[in-house]
Amino acid sequence: MSEFARNIRLWFAPEEIREEGETPDYRFSLANERTFLAWLRTALALIGGGFAVDQFLPHLSWAWRAGLSLALLVSGVLCSLRAINHWVRCERAMRREEDLPSSRFPTLLSLAVAVVAVAMVAVVLVGRAG
Amino acid sequence: MSAPTSRRDPGLQPERTRLAWRRTTLSSTVAAVLAVKAALYDRAAGGFAIAALCCLFWLGFLVLAHRRIRALASAGAGRPPLLAPRHAAAATLCAIALAVCAAALVL
Repeated sequence: MSEFARNIRLWFAPEEIREEGETPDYRFSLANERTFLAWLRTALALIGGGFAVDQFLPHLSWAWRAGLSLALLVSGVLCSLRAINHWVRCERAMRREEDLPSSRFPTLLSLAVAVVAVAMVAVVLVGRAG
Repeated sequence: MSAPTSRRDPGLQPERTRLAWRRTTLSSTVAAVLAVKAALYDRAAGGFAIAALCCLFWLGFLVLAHRRIRALASAGAGRPPLLAPRHAAAATLCAIALAVCAAALVL
């Protein structure tokens, strides 16, 4: 996590990224920017899902509704933090001509979304039966 | 890209980036609309305040996207400016703020 703390400083310090290595082909930087935006969209979709669970499942008990909604919202927040962190890391790796950083995050996010989806199906089915 | 004969970017990278900003703005619009819907449904003062905040953050995102699109367009056939980390951080903060508003609405 200390690596993450160091990256946070870079989010607000454009000069420090520019100082390192060589400026890559702008097309690579723009592709990196689009990847960042794609992750941010994923985060916004998860946040929208959090809003939706709260509104469109009114028959659930408060605890389940709040739990599922908060799970989606928290994963949305993590996803947006990851978006900018990965963008900074990729930008720096390209300037240093290193390999792009690998990450476990996509796996973790898929598992979290799968768990929330299964929980939602179970809760809705049980709610309908009961 | 340095030779004057190959000025045109065959991949249309700035245009694709512009559209990516538009798509992302649309995603944040969905979240803001859901917040407004929740406020209209509950008709509580707190809900309206949160919906207003969500609209503010949506507006912030819209402005950020618009400024980035303008910067990309202003480069013309030249080298488009890079995304500033501060700009990216501001966009991320708008998304996080929307999530915080949603959490406040749920709890």
